[in-house]
Amino acid sequence: MSNAVEPRGLSKIGLQINGWLVYLFFYAPIVLLVIFSFSDSRNVGKWGGFTLGWYEQFIDSSNARNALENSIKIAIVVTIISVILGTMSALALERFTFKGKRVFDALLYLPIIIPDVTMAVMLLLFFGEFFEILDNLFGLQLRKGFWSISISHIAFNISFVSVVVRARLAGMSRDLEEAAVDLYASRWKAFRHVTFPQILPGIAGGALLAMTLSLDDVVITQFVAGPGWTTLPVYVFGLIRKGVTPLINSISVIMLVSSMLLVGLSLLAERTRRGG
Amino acid sequence: MTAAVELRGITKKFGDVIAVDNVDLTIQDGEFFSLLGPSGCGKTTTLRMIAGLEFPTEGSLSIFGEEVGTLAPNKRSVNTVFQNYALFPHLTVLDNVGFGLKMQGVAKKETKERSMEMIELVQLAGLETRKPSQMSGGQQQRVALARALVNQPKVLLLDEPLGALDLKLRQEMQLELKKLQRDVGISFVFVTHDQEEALTMSDRIAVMHEGKLLQVASPEEIYESPANRFVADFIGRTNLLDGTTSDNETVVLSNGTSIRAQNTFPEGTKVSISIRPERTEITQRSEPSDSLSSIQGTVETITYLGNARVYGVKFTWLSIEVREENRPDLEVFNVGDDVTVHWEHDAISVVKD
Repeated sequence: MSNAVEPRGLSKIGLQINGWLVYLFFYAPIVLLVIFSFSDSRNVGKWGGFTLGWYEQFIDSSNARNALENSIKIAIVVTIISVILGTMSALALERFTFKGKRVFDALLYLPIIIPDVTMAVMLLLFFGEFFEILDNLFGLQLRKGFWSISISHIAFNISFVSVVVRARLAGMSRDLEEAAVDLYASRWKAFRHVTFPQILPGIAGGALLAMTLSLDDVVITQFVAGPGWTTLPVYVFGLIRKGVTPLINSISVIMLVSSMLLVGLSLLAERTRRGG
Repeated sequence: MTAAVELRGITKKFGDVIAVDNVDLTIQDGEFFSLLGPSGCGKTTTLRMIAGLEFPTEGSLSIFGEEVGTLAPNKRSVNTVFQNYALFPHLTVLDNVGFGLKMQGVAKKETKERSMEMIELVQLAGLETRKPSQMSGGQQQRVALARALVNQPKVLLLDEPLGALDLKLRQEMQLELKKLQRDVGISFVFVTHDQEEALTMSDRIAVMHEGKLLQVASPEEIYESPANRFVADFIGRTNLLDGTTSDNETVVLSNGTSIRAQNTFPEGTKVSISIRPERTEITQRSEPSDSLSSIQGTVETITYLGNARVYGVKFTWLSIEVREENRPDLEVFNVGDDVTVHWEHDAISVVKD
């Protein structure tokens, strides 16, 4: 039985074709990437028989492993700090009124709008000046690297986390918090026992987004990394300049699989929470 | 009698808007008290101030003699049943009911025992492991009640708790709530816009309009002797006819008809007389025995209600509603019939704006 408002005839076929094209457009490159990461040929786009050699090379390469390690360390620190700060700012904007709220609201989303390059130049300049001031005042000899990259990633991730958490908060009825304080909960207990469990899916989503964005940022990281410090995507970017080999494919597949695992885990976590 | 809740000169402003305007109110311990009025009249704001979810702009508010004006809600021994229940969706029924006790630091074992007792009292035994989303509206309503009552509050506040239920369930819950209130013996402060609900359940009703308290009295008194035109119009159905007092016995309607209507207003005061449709009788037109307590007119409309008929009777340019029970001994009229509508003189109340 077909519904009266369902498309039929030519328009139905057209829409179906469109659907398939969209999926092809999305997934054909991924399939190609995975296939060619097993290609036994130095030429990226040419099939030379099956091999696991590129994966072996990745594991053997200390530079690649080092970059991966840096990426993971940074991603963890960035995720934790930006989730805390982003959630706090979401709560402030959604649940409290204070002076200058509109300005703060508008400014918070600036990092999402500003082009990466602009942000990168700004941060480069900032760290140059900032580290010099610290050096002059306290004699702190800071070098660019782990902390400059982490702080930069946190700087833009706060906005993203805040957007995601805020959407969840906006969908949560204020009644629940009022009911909690009516039932003798202090503000903090109301947050811990009612608000937090309610917005947890939002926080998890924000964390995932922050981690992903940190793991694959190239532009900003490259500007603020300083000598001797590299993350995995920056390393891959550097490899391209030396000439593209299927090593890049294998690294990309590893990143793809791990990010899919992360998404899968978070979906699973939410499902068990809801079903329980 | 002890005053459970006392409001003295309470005013609440939201910016420039005055939501509650200089309200004085005493709610006695153990009474079922309703705050009644149309939406936006300030009844919910008044309730929220008692709960501590809003603080009054001016005035003093005390609960059992203790001034609580700006005391945090979690420090007050009152609990609220919210309009949409506000059950915690991530907690089971048992944990929802036990929430207040847990927050007060009651031991786990006692919390569970008291919660289970309360769940049984509201007839939800066996459903304690369910989540709110797995329950019907009526069941959620009971959970909300249990969650509030388990804390043994001194006063229970209810914010239109029956609004979301269908008519039949609502009527059941009205009786149940009333019974529950008698059993626990504390005062219930019940906010509603449904006058019938307020009349059914309350020991006393406060009628509010535009932030002001218009009348505080028993249901009978509010219905039989409304304090002003708004109350007369808002509570039940009535015919309001505008006129002027000519003496303490008589009101002259704007079309010149004199009606016997006892009143205490000075001569020449602009008033309305209120005649309840069910206190009037309709007969074939004849010379009335008492022309001051009847009018002659023509049937213009008939509404059949099953258990009654409501006639719209037109006389000069006014129209009044007459309700006749559907009984075999009463004559049935048709549109266009000439009739006389008469009433006992105590069926009338005289109100000012």
